[in-house]
Amino acid sequence: MESAIQNISEFVAWLPKVQLAHFLLVSALLFSLGIYGIVTRKNAILVLMGVELVLNAANINLIAFSRYGGLNLDGQVAAIFVIILAASEAAVALAIVLNIYHRFQTVNVDEVSNLKE
Amino acid sequence: MPMELFDIVFYIFALITLLSASIVVFSRNIIYSAFGLLFTFFGVAGLYVLLQADFLAVTQILIYVGGILVLMLFGVMLTSKVINVELKTGTLQTWPARFLVAILAGSLAGVFYSTWKGVTAPAATLTTTTKGLGEMLMTTYVLPFEIASVILLVALIGAALIARRDRKA
Repeated sequence: MESAIQNISEFVAWLPKVQLAHFLLVSALLFSLGIYGIVTRKNAILVLMGVELVLNAANINLIAFSRYGGLNLDGQVAAIFVIILAASEAAVALAIVLNIYHRFQTVNVDEVSNLKE
Repeated sequence: MPMELFDIVFYIFALITLLSASIVVFSRNIIYSAFGLLFTFFGVAGLYVLLQADFLAVTQILIYVGGILVLMLFGVMLTSKVINVELKTGTLQTWPARFLVAILAGSLAGVFYSTWKGVTAPAATLTTTTKGLGEMLMTTYVLPFEIASVILLVALIGAALIARRDRKA
């Protein structure tokens, strides 16, 4: 109990001065929000939005390490490739979603389960 | 401990990012979610600027806000019956998901904090990132760069082919 209180006060005293771990904490929270969106949403487009949040969280990590972790520009190049893949993924996924809508008149992922039968 | 401008700006952008990301995830209205995504992307771009990734911040705004978000809005508009102004969406199994995601967030944050709280000073000051990035894309990363261009072409053709409605040919 004592040590928990000490840890928390240490954390609060550490908070105001922004360092590497601050960016990592933001990215961890963004990642978790994205996972929550992917898991709980019914609408396929909102699932895609969750995926975008996850990719953005990964990008924050890459760029934070490129500045603080000695990864230099290599981290930023990796982030560029992540953005490229996110763009192509969004285009293809939305095309698939439009096709699903034309066939089933819905984009709710829990109702499109024909393969299960 | 006095806060410098850098810290204050960081907290502003982090707050924008996380608040709008929670709007994306928790809002019942799809349009609100899409606009929350807009502010999330802006907040992340601000974090990139704080990390001295100026080229990536501009790329983020151009590609995510100008491309992906517009695509998402098109998707929303084309797949909801716009006549009824509902545009609502349902959720599945919220409470187990909340529980598991809280555990995930806690463990991730704990690992990040305990592993990296010692790193205080930036390892590198990156000035001209655009020039450096261009050179690296043409030398060290030329093969991934070419593969990325092929992937973009494949995605372009594939998306056009999948989204086309009549397929008689």
